[in-house]
Amino acid sequence: MAKYILKRILYMIPTLFVISIISFAIIQLPPGDFLTSYVATLRQQGEDIDATAIKALEEQYGLNQPIYVQYGKWMRNILLYGDFGLSFEWRRPVKDLIWERIGLTVFISLLTILVTWIISIPAAVYVATHQYSFLDYLISFISFVGLGTPGFLIALVYLWIMLSVFGVNAAGLFSEQYINAPWNWDKIVDMMSRIWAPVLILALDNTAGIIRTVRANLLDELNKPYVETARAKGLKERILIWKYPVRVALNPFFSTVGWTLAALVSGETLVAVVLNIQTSGPLLLRALTSQDMYLAGAFVLLLSALTVLGTLISDILLAIADPRIRLEG
Amino acid sequence: MEDTRPLLLEVEDLKTYMFLDEGTVHAVDGASFSVRRGETLGIVGESGCGKSITARSIMRIVRKPGKIVNGKILWHRTPPSPGNLGQTLDLTTLPEQGEEMRNIRGGEIAMVFQEPMSSLSPVHTIGNQIMEVIMLHQKVSKQEAREKTLLMLNQVGMPQPSRIIDRYPHQLSGGMRQRAMIAMALSCHPDLLIADEPTTALDVTTEAQILSLMRRLQEELGMAIMFITHNLGVVAQMTERVIVMYMGRVVEDASVDDLFYDPKHPYTQALLRSIPRMGSKALGEHTRLASIKGTVPDPFNLPKGCPFHPRCEHAMPGICNVIDPGVTQVGPNHTTRCHLYGDPSQVIPLESKTPASSVA
Repeated sequence: MAKYILKRILYMIPTLFVISIISFAIIQLPPGDFLTSYVATLRQQGEDIDATAIKALEEQYGLNQPIYVQYGKWMRNILLYGDFGLSFEWRRPVKDLIWERIGLTVFISLLTILVTWIISIPAAVYVATHQYSFLDYLISFISFVGLGTPGFLIALVYLWIMLSVFGVNAAGLFSEQYINAPWNWDKIVDMMSRIWAPVLILALDNTAGIIRTVRANLLDELNKPYVETARAKGLKERILIWKYPVRVALNPFFSTVGWTLAALVSGETLVAVVLNIQTSGPLLLRALTSQDMYLAGAFVLLLSALTVLGTLISDILLAIADPRIRLEG
Repeated sequence: MEDTRPLLLEVEDLKTYMFLDEGTVHAVDGASFSVRRGETLGIVGESGCGKSITARSIMRIVRKPGKIVNGKILWHRTPPSPGNLGQTLDLTTLPEQGEEMRNIRGGEIAMVFQEPMSSLSPVHTIGNQIMEVIMLHQKVSKQEAREKTLLMLNQVGMPQPSRIIDRYPHQLSGGMRQRAMIAMALSCHPDLLIADEPTTALDVTTEAQILSLMRRLQEELGMAIMFITHNLGVVAQMTERVIVMYMGRVVEDASVDDLFYDPKHPYTQALLRSIPRMGSKALGEHTRLASIKGTVPDPFNLPKGCPFHPRCEHAMPGICNVIDPGVTQVGPNHTTRCHLYGDPSQVIPLESKTPASSVA
């Protein structure tokens, strides 16, 4: 096992290298760069900016150099100093910007994942063991609606209902008086009273998917002979269902659980934008639209690294969950 | 010779139906038989004749849409002794998930299944799966359960039990898996072992080993065995008494000698003719293997009267296709359900759709 993990970690190095090149290239793909749009904005506002000033800015940000030199500098700073560069738009180190938002992002994402599992797995087991019952139809109906409705739409509907029915502005994680207040107990209580809505909205999307997958898998597993063997032992039905078929039916779930690691950081961007939650998702979106190259690059790199790492974690979990998986190779 | 062993299991007029959208399948349709303590009973019949559903009915693990709709399954838990009537339970009246039924299931009646490949959980070790049943039915610690498991694995002739106990099923051969299944079934010393085609999925050499293992274990542990199979060779080797099933009912019930040397029911006779015999060609006998003409009837559209009459060489028109034959005694401990051996006018039809008196 240890040898397998080590080998996989070594494989990650070239993978990440290729990813870093690709992510840098993708960021450079759209025509123009941050400076062009920056200058355009300035001109729009009536401020003229002469060629020498532009030249100086180009110099300052290294934009006049060939792309591979820019990439080389970028990588060197990341690897040697952990420096992800400067955000053009915010005029602050990328590292600080991301770090600022990561706490809240990870908190909301973890909570969402937890809520998703707590709802979806028992629901999936119930509908699979009570196939064609009223609740099976009801839960299936709700989960299809959940699958078919994008989260941001639900968030919009939620905001609208809260505003038109209750007259409450439900956007944001904090009530007005706490937005700029320093962290204290009241602020935390206020946040917790508001956080369940975005968490539930975010959870609904994945809940629906997991219910459908686990239900389908479990329905297959329930008819396997080993379930009958367990039943013939005299085990209680509920105990045997959770110990045997559910365990096997969750394997595909284990194999994708690592990807949630990347979702921890990107969050559900659209929902976060709609609900005005200060997570890293909206920051990434903004960086991409304003061609804030180093900020966006850092995000893409971070997400890719987490995906690669998450895949490894998934594989390890799956190997633990299913002893038939071989670790060679 | 009268069998003096006390009765262990009596199945009376058992009917287990499958309620499907397409109609109702009479998977077990009035089967009656009994098993004595320590006896080996063979149940033979073609695929779909209700053998497995009978076994699952006894275990009370028939899955929806199947349901026991009629009959009794009497389980003689303790044999009668002087001054003691013994304890008898009708398993059909117990709640499927109730504590009593769960104690009997796995503890007093155990089952070995057909496919050792898929009948063990792929994600739990052999030891985990055997210890589970021991701890479920006996008040023992995990350590004791492990020791008992090792003893049991040893008893079923598993090589290196102390290593195998922590292995997963996919790491074992088919024969070893079936040994593990048998160890699991016998670990609580049940009074009855139901073996549902335990060797069908194995190769011949392994089959012979498993069969001799089961014989040895029966001598050592003294349990009764219900041996479900479609292999008449296995029946001849393993059992004392045989019931032949056709379309969910017992058509013949005889000692193994009577069954092979003096079969009464045309279906049994046809089954026996369909066994290939070694050297039959050299002896100049007919070289084509006999088969039973026709196929098993459509389960949704059962023939009237005796369900075998469309395939029967001796079918008597006006009788066999009208009246369902009752059970006829054809010898000591030998019964059959066929009009050839009873006066049909004397037979009380089991289903009174057609009164016997209406047939002249």
